[in-house]
Amino acid sequence: MFIVNHRKFFFTITGLVLAVAIGAITFYRLPLGIDFTGGSLVEVSYASARPDLSTLNARLAPLSLGEVSLRNAGANDIALRSRALTPAEHTAVLDALSPEGAQATELSFTSVGPSVGSELARKALVALGVVIITIMLYIAWAFRKVSRPVSSWVYGSIVVAILFHDVIVPTGFYAIWAHFTGAQVDTLFLVALLTILGYSVNDTIVIFDRVREHLARDQKVSTHEEFSALVGRSISETMGRSINTSLTVILVLVALAFFGSPVTFSFALVLIAGVIAGTYSSILLAAPLLVPVSRYFTEKRK
Amino acid sequence: MTRYRIAAVVVLLISIALGWFVWSTRNPASPYAFKLGLDLAGGTELVYQADMSQTAPAERADALAALRGIIERRVNLFGVAEPLVQTEQSSAVAANQEYRLIVDLPGVTDVKAAVDALGKTPVLDFRLATTTRVASPTGSTTEQVVFLPTGLTGRYLSKASVQFGSSQSNALGQPMVLLTFNAEGAKLFEQITSQNVGQTLAIFLDGQPISTPTIKEAIPGGTATISGNFTVAQAKDLVQNLNFGALPVPITLQSSSAVGPTLGAAAIQDGLRAGVIGFILVVLFMLLWYRLPGLIASIALSGYLALVLSVIKIIPITLTSSGIAGLILSVGMAVDANVLIFERIKEELRAGKGAREATHIGFSRAWPAIRDGHVTMLISSIVLFWMGTSIVQGFALTFALGVIASLISAVSASRVLLLAILPEGNKGLWRFLTSSGLSGRMPLADTGKK
Repeated sequence: MFIVNHRKFFFTITGLVLAVAIGAITFYRLPLGIDFTGGSLVEVSYASARPDLSTLNARLAPLSLGEVSLRNAGANDIALRSRALTPAEHTAVLDALSPEGAQATELSFTSVGPSVGSELARKALVALGVVIITIMLYIAWAFRKVSRPVSSWVYGSIVVAILFHDVIVPTGFYAIWAHFTGAQVDTLFLVALLTILGYSVNDTIVIFDRVREHLARDQKVSTHEEFSALVGRSISETMGRSINTSLTVILVLVALAFFGSPVTFSFALVLIAGVIAGTYSSILLAAPLLVPVSRYFTEKRK
Repeated sequence: MTRYRIAAVVVLLISIALGWFVWSTRNPASPYAFKLGLDLAGGTELVYQADMSQTAPAERADALAALRGIIERRVNLFGVAEPLVQTEQSSAVAANQEYRLIVDLPGVTDVKAAVDALGKTPVLDFRLATTTRVASPTGSTTEQVVFLPTGLTGRYLSKASVQFGSSQSNALGQPMVLLTFNAEGAKLFEQITSQNVGQTLAIFLDGQPISTPTIKEAIPGGTATISGNFTVAQAKDLVQNLNFGALPVPITLQSSSAVGPTLGAAAIQDGLRAGVIGFILVVLFMLLWYRLPGLIASIALSGYLALVLSVIKIIPITLTSSGIAGLILSVGMAVDANVLIFERIKEELRAGKGAREATHIGFSRAWPAIRDGHVTMLISSIVLFWMGTSIVQGFALTFALGVIASLISAVSASRVLLLAILPEGNKGLWRFLTSSGLSGRMPLADTGKK
């Protein structure tokens, strides 16, 4: 009941978090990686001490590759980003990265044409839209039997509003993270967002499911509990499981982030942010939102 | 009770058998070893774009298939174990319709050598010369020769060989290239030559006309000679390249990526470590918080893992680092359903029901939420799979597989195992074992409150 009674307070807090996230996305922007913009990424490793970046930059200059960014990575690795390299240029770059006495071993090489990148970005946006709409339709269908006091479309619409929240918060978090660490947005980031969409709705469903169950029982025995009290009861009954289910996922994600491959580090990080956002938004936002919305509908009906 | 005990034994036996299968096929030489993606095994992926602007829309799919066959032959000549050549069309949402060829070369890390070996493949096609009037900017019209594609391309070629001119008209001793068409190509060639007698049928190689003979009469039999001004070496080279496969459409390298073997091996190690640690953390949490049901859930989770890994091996699904991440994530989610069920059982226990009855009710009441949650996750993974690129599909596949297996494991394995051992009542040790959280007395203390 506490949460429903003080819902305005929690709405304000989530609103603030959301504002910070949107602010971060607007001002820091998301640095798009080569998966989206096209370009090349060369990662090399050195057996002994790696050469100075300035030495390497000087050696790369004659190749006229346009803007080249060199970065130290790991203990003895160097990462190079540039426009998309042809196979011949790639060989020349490897040569330039190996000054005398420091033979570079190539760890990985990726070159993405610009058209592939723009197609991926377009696909990603469509995919996000498709997932959100499909989930809304499914929720509206799954809750079709409970249309009082709010229609099943309201459950679907609240889920969608929550989904936007659950995607914007980790995105904002990543914008801040990337701003300070130089991380970039890659395909795995998108995968993380789409996974959050599918997963975070889980907690919301658990609470809505409980509301659905109570409503069905109320109709049978025709006790007319105040809707806000019913929602409050549903939240406190399901809070434990919402937190516990998220906790198990966060446990494996922490393992993935800190013991897993560096390739999936930021992926795990975005997911952790998303799962946390998804959990509190379902408890503090999704179910309490049912109350003012239902009030709006009942008043309209009168 | 006996029914559940038998079912429980069956579930355990199946899990053990699957676990044994996964363990016994761990050797990379085993036919059921994990299939590792390029990012784990090391290797090169090349993405080519096929230029279909000269190909009629109806024939594009065919041309792409033919292209794939030819590149496959080329790759095999390059000497790579288990290469993979796939075709891909850009999705409906893309700005331009593009046709792509994706070549995976496991174990190859020299991108340039691979590109060179594949890129030598010549593009051969026949074009008819026609003159058209073109309006020049000054207003007058001029005649211009344009070459129109005939549809006869390298894909209809069955063989090329070097010949030397034998008659006066063929420039005695001059090397020539003899083309032999397949049945379809022969028919097409005869049709083109019979309909266009007197016109010029130019032979284009890699977009350049190399020979522009005039058609004197219809040519049946499906052979043609190219008498460019070849040296013997050039003719031999061309023949060899044509035999390796003349491409039906030109291709350009669009993207490439190569992963060295050290990075891949490290990624496997890290993925394995993260998986084991994540699994242990989840099991610990379940045991400490849910006690006996937690133990059951952990056993069900092990069975779940054995099932997922077996399916990955048998289908087989190629594992990538994102796929491993999907797998690890699904371990965390697989217990979700168990948590929902156990919390529900706890509530029923609080309401004063016996352990078995509470379990029955708990499972049936938790089901709608579990179903809805899993469906939304499946929706996400299906859309992810549609997004296409290999890194995303690797994740989507293992994730979807995990979601489905988790559904099976929660509503069948956990349920059967739990019902097989729980007594009718809820007293003493059983109450402690089936309760959860920090206090062993919670169910009793709460009974009155409700």
